[in-house]
Amino acid sequence: MIDCKQAVQRLWGYLDKNLEQAHEEELEHHLGLCRHCCGELEFAKQIRDRLAAGVAADKVEAPVRERLERFIRGLESSR
Amino acid sequence: MEVKAAPAMVMADAPSFEALVAPDLDYLYAFAYKLCGDRQAAEDVVQDSLLRAYRALDQLRNRERSRFWLTKIVSSVCMDRFRSERKHEHDVSIDDERHFSLFDTLVEEDPFPYSDRLHLDFLDLFDDQRLVVALGRLRPAHRTTLVLAYVYGYKAREIAELTNTSIGTVLSRLQRGRNQLERALWDVARERGLVEGARS
Repeated sequence: MIDCKQAVQRLWGYLDKNLEQAHEEELEHHLGLCRHCCGELEFAKQIRDRLAAGVAADKVEAPVRERLERFIRGLESSR
Repeated sequence: MEVKAAPAMVMADAPSFEALVAPDLDYLYAFAYKLCGDRQAAEDVVQDSLLRAYRALDQLRNRERSRFWLTKIVSSVCMDRFRSERKHEHDVSIDDERHFSLFDTLVEEDPFPYSDRLHLDFLDLFDDQRLVVALGRLRPAHRTTLVLAYVYGYKAREIAELTNTSIGTVLSRLQRGRNQLERALWDVARERGLVEGARS
């Protein structure tokens, strides 16, 4: 039986599917009994969602893109 | 700067270098920005990475994996910069040996007393720019690992290849990086007065 501290340390690994099977089973058993750690799990998911959320909007600014493209053309023309 | 030419045998049968890298410029720049936390530094990193990629073009075995290959180069260029600038010495020292629970801290400090979605309200404080500031508090190797895993969705074995380390080290960096991130989010929110209702 693991305690809350051990459970919390495993939550992100659980979401990443990086836990050993025995550790995963211990955690799932704990989550079935502990509302606090279920809250921690939900919050971990929310932090991960926030980290992933900005990717779609990734866009290099036009002046930077122009400089980078000029740099690339400079590389190719130098050969 | 002298540019060593890419091998002719590679260039002769292949699309141009520009055609290879141009589709990934948005991605490479954004990735570099998340690692450096500074737009000028990100542009410099992408330029250095493009130069390094151009010189090493003959090492690219599979053009279908060019984004992965370029990601590895950007990661490496960033780590070289962090090392040379000793940037980590200026980072806020985050004690990741002592466990910090942002979930519990928010409950205890209760910065939004009238909220029924306390934890989500806290995360909503973080637009992309603030998130990059928080990520900047992490140690460079941990930040790189966390960004690769949770911003871009790379698996642990892929991150091990991208950062030239073992899967065990990646998992350890993820564990410590997550703890540092929770602490960094709280520190940034407090320093910027975003959680002024907090009790301490």
